[in-house]
Amino acid sequence: MLKGKVAIVTGGSRGIGEAIAYELASKGADIAVIYSGNVSAAEQVCRKCQEVYGVKAQAYLCNVADFEIVKQTVAQIKADFGTVHILVNNAGITRDGLVARMKEADFDAVLDTNLKGAFHMIRHCTGLFLRNREGCIINISSVSGLIGNAGQCNYAASKAGLIGLTKSVARELAPKGIRCNAIAPGFIATDMTQDQSDNPLLAQVPLGRMGTPREVAEAVAFLASADYITGEVLRVDGGIAM
Amino acid sequence: MYFESIARIVAERTGCDVAEVKPESKFSELGIDSLDTVELLMSLEDEIGIEIELDQKVETIDDLDKFIQSKQEQAS
Ligand SMILES: NC(=O)c1ccc[n+]([C@@H]2O[C@H](COP(=O)([O-])OP(=O)(O)OC[C@H]3O[C@@H](n4cnc5c(N)ncnc54)[C@H](OP(=O)(O)O)[C@@H]3O)[C@@H](O)[C@H]2O)c1
Repeated sequence: MLKGKVAIVTGGSRGIGEAIAYELASKGADIAVIYSGNVSAAEQVCRKCQEVYGVKAQAYLCNVADFEIVKQTVAQIKADFGTVHILVNNAGITRDGLVARMKEADFDAVLDTNLKGAFHMIRHCTGLFLRNREGCIINISSVSGLIGNAGQCNYAASKAGLIGLTKSVARELAPKGIRCNAIAPGFIATDMTQDQSDNPLLAQVPLGRMGTPREVAEAVAFLASADYITGEVLRVDGGIAM
Repeated sequence: MYFESIARIVAERTGCDVAEVKPESKFSELGIDSLDTVELLMSLEDEIGIEIELDQKVETIDDLDKFIQSKQEQAS
């Protein structure tokens, strides 16, 4: 279904990004994994894409918060894969804390990675999309960006920012056949969330459990081939933010 | 200096006769919008073997020609 397509998955070395890489690979897409430090995890993901799904896959060390590094990395991916059709901005971090005590550096780090990181990737991939007259951008936001979350003012701001970015890019690039959507996951079991079994918010999930990375990845694969959907924010949250 | 290359790529893209493309022609008149000019520049990069970032608006073919020349001078 995605055969012949090239997909970049940022933060594809672990968690939700890893599941996204497998899901897109299982549909036949070649995969460029961007990671920020965990080389063995990133290479493991690429090996599985190659061996299990038979697609081309390569890992790139790249801090998405750095405009110039992203530029060089996208140029390298273009050299290795020829072009890019699908961009999944999934790399993200948390630095939770009360607003009254939050360090400026913690606010900045989260904005720089989660929001500016997505901008940098879009900025440097759009030329390729324009050239192909097609492109699909999927930004991984969060329900925190939709309804807020105490202790996550930085994270929620970055994720809400991603939604504004998504809708503006969707409008700007729609005439060129380029789509841009966001996914807002709820509680998903990964390294980022660790053990949430005693989190009182979990009781508020209508479906009564945490989600899996795979369930988010399936939504990504859906949006990757949903030709008439752009500017949408798709919740994958067990109903918590409805 | 790059007028001929630009004119040829514009003609290819829009399907017009290359003779219709003049230095003073506006991109908008040729049916090329600002996003198309970004893409046009990418084709030019391949053609002339240089790398340029279009970080300002260009209105006419000549604007783009001069813009590339100025970037070239900066680079050398
Ligand atoms: N888990 C949830 O409940 C949940 C809910 C809503 C939204 N989300 C969002 O979903 C996305 C993935 O979350 P996750 O739980 O899978 O996270 P995770 O397990 O902590 O993995 C984060 C990934 O991002 C990469 N990364 C971090 N900073 C980076 C940077 N500056 N440049 C490039 N890559 C970077 C990491 O690379 P390394 O392996 O090299 O460190 C890793 O692959 C995030 O955007 C997160 O905000 C998660």
